[in-house]
Amino acid sequence: MTNRTEFRFAGSGGQGLILAGIILADAAVSQENKNAVQTQSYGPEARGGSSKSEVIVSDDTIEYPKATKLDYMIALTQESFSKYIGDLKDDGIVIVDREMVRDYSKAKGKLYVLDMVKTAREELGKLLGLNIIALGALVAISGIVSHESAEKALMSRVPKGFEEYNKKALEIGFRLAKEAKNNK
Amino acid sequence: MPNKKFDYDKYLRKNTLPHIWCPGCGDGIILKSLIRAIDKCGYSKDDVVITSGIGCASRLPGYVDFNTIHTTHGRALTFAVGIKMYKPRLKVITVSGDGDALAIGGNHFIHAARRNIDITMIVFNNYTYGMTGGQSSPTQPLGTFSTTTPFGSVEGPFDVCNLAQAAGATWVGRSTSYHAVQLEKFIVNALNHKGFSVLDVITNCHISYGRRNKMKSPVEMIHYQKDKAVNVRSSENIAPENMAGKFKTGILYENKGAQEFSEEYYKVLNAVKIK
Amino acid sequence: MTKNIKLMQGNEAVAEGAIIAGCDFFAGYPITPSSEVMEQLSSKLVKLGKVCIQMEDEIAALGAVLGAALGGAKALTASSGPGMSLKAEHIGYASMCEIPCVIVNVMRGGPSTGLPTLPAQGDIMQARWGTHGDHAIIAITPSSVNESLYETIRAFNLAIKYRTPVLILTDEIIGHMREKVVIPNKEDIKEILDVKLPDVPPEKYFPYNYTSGKVTSLAPMGEGYRYHVTGLIHGETGFPSQKTDVIQNAQKWLYDKIYKNIKDIEKFEEFQTEDADILIFAYGSVSRSARQAILMARSAGIKAGLFRPITIWPFPEERVSSLSKKIKKIIVPEMNMGQAVLEVQRNACGSDVYGLNVVNGEPITPDTIYYKIKEVAGA
Repeated sequence: MTNRTEFRFAGSGGQGLILAGIILADAAVSQENKNAVQTQSYGPEARGGSSKSEVIVSDDTIEYPKATKLDYMIALTQESFSKYIGDLKDDGIVIVDREMVRDYSKAKGKLYVLDMVKTAREELGKLLGLNIIALGALVAISGIVSHESAEKALMSRVPKGFEEYNKKALEIGFRLAKEAKNNK
Repeated sequence: MPNKKFDYDKYLRKNTLPHIWCPGCGDGIILKSLIRAIDKCGYSKDDVVITSGIGCASRLPGYVDFNTIHTTHGRALTFAVGIKMYKPRLKVITVSGDGDALAIGGNHFIHAARRNIDITMIVFNNYTYGMTGGQSSPTQPLGTFSTTTPFGSVEGPFDVCNLAQAAGATWVGRSTSYHAVQLEKFIVNALNHKGFSVLDVITNCHISYGRRNKMKSPVEMIHYQKDKAVNVRSSENIAPENMAGKFKTGILYENKGAQEFSEEYYKVLNAVKIK
Repeated sequence: MTKNIKLMQGNEAVAEGAIIAGCDFFAGYPITPSSEVMEQLSSKLVKLGKVCIQMEDEIAALGAVLGAALGGAKALTASSGPGMSLKAEHIGYASMCEIPCVIVNVMRGGPSTGLPTLPAQGDIMQARWGTHGDHAIIAITPSSVNESLYETIRAFNLAIKYRTPVLILTDEIIGHMREKVVIPNKEDIKEILDVKLPDVPPEKYFPYNYTSGKVTSLAPMGEGYRYHVTGLIHGETGFPSQKTDVIQNAQKWLYDKIYKNIKDIEKFEEFQTEDADILIFAYGSVSRSARQAILMARSAGIKAGLFRPITIWPFPEERVSSLSKKIKKIIVPEMNMGQAVLEVQRNACGSDVYGLNVVNGEPITPDTIYYKIKEVAGA
């Protein structure tokens, strides 16, 4: 329970955050033989409104499966940012999208503001894949799994014909994170 | 009737007799017709499964030497679907009363018909809940009496055959316990049909139904069956208003080419099965 | 990387366990939060040449399972909440007629429609007493995705060995979360029981035996063993009986075959109970929080320990009783208003038993249990 690292993908239903969480957990479990638990909020929340997908990664057994004090949070909507920021540890890390989250005055810990939506629009031509960009950014900033593991886990869950598109999205996430880190 | 004496003992579990049915009940006639029909079809006793629900008719499986399952009220078809889907080579027959089949079991009835699964369903239709003492049933004719409609029924009955056909059954027929020869022939027909076959058998419960409806003896009820039954061919020449209070007998619907559920399911299964 | 490690959802693990156990037949009806079991098997089971069908309702689903089981299938259904209320009818039939089957209940909040997408443990007593009349039952409460897989295999074995319905009670947390699962190789599995023909010829076969103490095997129908099955009280021949001695033997047998074999059926796990002053009795997903709370208590100098029943029914009476002789304070955290706690109280000898009941749709947190431990330690 000491080396437990807690992640939350926060946004709205339909953004693909559950899948992003599953891929992160899968990378930890299948590629790096760590323990991981992925959970999500179902119910009315899953249709629009705020939605969350959580991943806990640890080298030890994970008992309580839900996040309690987040080490990392990535927010893709203003509403989910405001709703969940309180769950972040004081020294946690929060990543937000510059367009989607305008008011991050309540942010604590370390803040990264990334151009995920903008880059998706410019380089992918659409917002499909925003969840994978977020995944890439979270992986690169946290270092919880290697880039290679994340890519392998992603490829195992992507439908045929969409491999290159998703790989590109993941790499955008890696790159945005790297740029942001260098600017710090 | 066959000329030489038919050996019913071959199929009866004599240790379970006498049966529970009242003297004069029509259920025994249906039992014997069913036995003769199965014999005529030449099935091995090991390959026949009979399921039933709860009620007088549903006691039938206990008396016959096949694989027999006396299930819960209304659910006989669900067990039948399960064993048919698991072992499609078996010949599966369901016997059920009108309340069992169409009230508490109505949902299973229409869905078995919708799937057109190869099961033969025989409805022992006596317009009443005989075992529990004569309450109103979903086939009770308008204006007739029961312990729970003491002032006459104003609900209107199901027509078993119309319901079965509308829901997707591909063989639908009606006979009575009076027309024993026809009954046997229709059961053979239903058993030979591939798909969901429904045979509505009008039978008599003079104790629980007849007594309250001016037919207190089996003879009066048999007269009722004889008088009210109109062969489907003759019925074509009868004006609808003259059919009031009567019912059609005969093979009312047959669709031989329809897709049957268990066969189609196994086709899909064999196609996707990892070799 | 090891090939047989997988990230899997709890409901998926149940499906996987069923496949490994040799499940031949599934019939179900859609209901949250258990539908993934049927969705998984709709493809996986059929690809193995086995049957998975969706029925018209919950009652029909278990009816079809029992029909297939009488044909010799290893059969499974899965449901939740309102679906379990409907299944009660055929759980009783399966008990009475001694038909093996496995029923998964992914517990959600109730009563009625309740909380379709949120967890609860409100069906513990329903599992035991949900159908009318006297009978015993086996119910299993896995606490992880991995355990869901292995306990499903065990559930099939118990169902066949004791000719009884076996319930697997997971909950919305275990059913929907994804976690590491170690997929076993064939040689890793100690035992998989198969449906067998009786060891006597058909003319000597009785489908029931109430007095020898041995569970008679259920002959698959269609294989030459013609017999009668009825939900009426029946004698050893299978035919209905109203003789007082037959009734007495038949009813007693349904209890005896389970309770006289409790050592074989029960399964539990203990964690730091050797020197414990406070015992936490917790099952399913709550036991995970309990274990974490115990570590918190231990680092605060409070000696707490965990008793985790994996088989919840039949209740592990003997062990709870013996633990209670040396541990005088027992806390029973549950996501219900107090169900298993009643059994703990019944079996604990002179210990103080404290319920901890959270029914807000959220899993009980380790902190909540830890505070209760501190409170009880100070009492």
